[in-house]
Amino acid sequence: MTAVLSIQDLHVTIGRGARAANVLRGVSLEVQPGEVRGLVGESGAGKSMLGRAVLGLLPADAWIGKGGIAFAGRDFLTLPERERRDLLGRQIALIPQDPMTSLNPVKRVGDQIARVLQRHLALSRRQALQRATELLAEVAIRDPQRVLGLYPYEISGGMRQRVLIAMAFGCDPSLIIADEPTTALDVTVQRQVLQLIERLRERRGAAILFVTHDLGVVAKICRTMTVMHAGRVLEDGETADVLTRPRHAYTRALLAATPRADRPADALRPVPPALIESLWSEAHRLDRLSIVGRT
Amino acid sequence: MRWGEIIKRLVLIPPTLAGVGVIVFVLLRIVPGDPIAMMIPPGASAADIDRLRALYGLDRSIPEQFVSWFGHVLSGDFGRSISLRQSVSELILARLPATLELALVATLIAIALGLAVALTGVYFRGRRLEWAVDGGIGVFLAIPDFLWALILLLSFGVLIPLLPTSGRIDPQIDVSFRTNFYLFESLLRGRIDVVGALLSHMLLPAIALALPFAALIARLLKASLSEAEDQDYAQIARARGFARPAILLREVFPNALIPTIALGGVQITLLLGGTVLVERIFSYEGIGNMAIDAVINRDFPLIQGLILTFAVLFIALNLAVDVVVTLLDPRLRHG
Repeated sequence: MTAVLSIQDLHVTIGRGARAANVLRGVSLEVQPGEVRGLVGESGAGKSMLGRAVLGLLPADAWIGKGGIAFAGRDFLTLPERERRDLLGRQIALIPQDPMTSLNPVKRVGDQIARVLQRHLALSRRQALQRATELLAEVAIRDPQRVLGLYPYEISGGMRQRVLIAMAFGCDPSLIIADEPTTALDVTVQRQVLQLIERLRERRGAAILFVTHDLGVVAKICRTMTVMHAGRVLEDGETADVLTRPRHAYTRALLAATPRADRPADALRPVPPALIESLWSEAHRLDRLSIVGRT
Repeated sequence: MRWGEIIKRLVLIPPTLAGVGVIVFVLLRIVPGDPIAMMIPPGASAADIDRLRALYGLDRSIPEQFVSWFGHVLSGDFGRSISLRQSVSELILARLPATLELALVATLIAIALGLAVALTGVYFRGRRLEWAVDGGIGVFLAIPDFLWALILLLSFGVLIPLLPTSGRIDPQIDVSFRTNFYLFESLLRGRIDVVGALLSHMLLPAIALALPFAALIARLLKASLSEAEDQDYAQIARARGFARPAILLREVFPNALIPTIALGGVQITLLLGGTVLVERIFSYEGIGNMAIDAVINRDFPLIQGLILTFAVLFIALNLAVDVVVTLLDPRLRHG
């Protein structure tokens, strides 16, 4: 079976010359069709940067030094711009992190959903709006007809995230990059949104690369997971295995730092600074060995 | 600006105009200069001068004069021009359409130029052409409209005489219009020849007025476009397979337009103020040109009438900008 997403030895650097900073240092990972893979790591681990690289959303001064991104067996990086744009939004979709800033403030919700559908599916405006109504119903928005006519500022954060989820699933993509989709929401809404993503995935069968720093979320919905730190993959495997028998010291430390219901709060231990220190110095040693970042 | 605020602004218009009236009236009479001195023939006796002064009510105290003038203004009578010996309101109404048409054409040119430059500049963000655009905007912002008027007059009126440089229309064209909105009326009547003649006269002064305003629009719009393009919703549109030009026009532009109109719209008043000198340079028969003659002749009633006219225009423009911004921004419209 061809992986829906295959990333090979990806190096991404921001800036050039003396101010160059490596953000991805040879990341490899695969997502199989229908698989939900958690991508975890602390802030600065490069997990969001990885998602952005796949979506073509790297910052203007970031560049890919080495490595490849393949989508369903097609080399994504050498794909002509036009063909890549036809895949983005259609086969690869994004659920963004912040629902408050991810919708256009001066366009009606219905407009924004319909435009994506019209872009990729041969639909008339009417058909697209009809489809948008169905999508909103599917993400459990009551009175979808009315919500279509509202502006983003008129609906709650949780509702906006549902709209964005509806937009992501709208064209039945085979891969969804969920970039910390619950981080900006409050806890009760988080649960609903997770259940919603889970339900839609079961029904529509998209693979999901779920970027998060929350191991609880990973345990709940991801079958496989990848642990990143300092732009490198430290550990990778079935979620159940990684969480019960972590091989890397960093994963063990992360687990020890995660609150759990079956453990007293005073059992929580922060990730040891010495460990972080040694991981970073190893990353920097790799930087010195490779020529990436010095060109 | 929400609707409630706009109503508040409407309520404030009469006191604002009254304030403008007081200031102009008092200032004119404090500063040196005497309308009677400008109109008497040489060798007039002191008694003649006193009689003229009394005729125009200038012998009374300033408060008395003001109350009398203001009372008439409230009933729509702005008095008679001392130098032109005609009703001030008739004089202004005859000339105002010329200025409004000129300002409108200048504004349209400025908007078209500003839009084109801003979109070009933002499209080439981070590349060398962006610097060129920014530099060009800076130069055009630094050169005032009356200087452009002189440059254009010399270039296209004298050196390469392409366009007429004086007046509103060729004297040999029989217009026999019913209104003084020559441009609108000839457009409505389908008199394309007259439209051409009017526009050719208007073009140089309109460009002179438009260039600094276009640079201002370009700078404001380009900054707003850049800012809006960096927002999440515009970035995410790229991840949905939309091409950059489409994103700029359909996602970014509607958002950038709102701050641009809010900040730049009120600057149309600068353009309107610029008509005073530019109309003079091109002998264009609008109220700006008239204002200069009125000041030279110390024609108190005419100056007062013209200043109030400009004040009404400024207030109306500011209000129009607020209304447009409110209509464009859903957050304000329903707020």
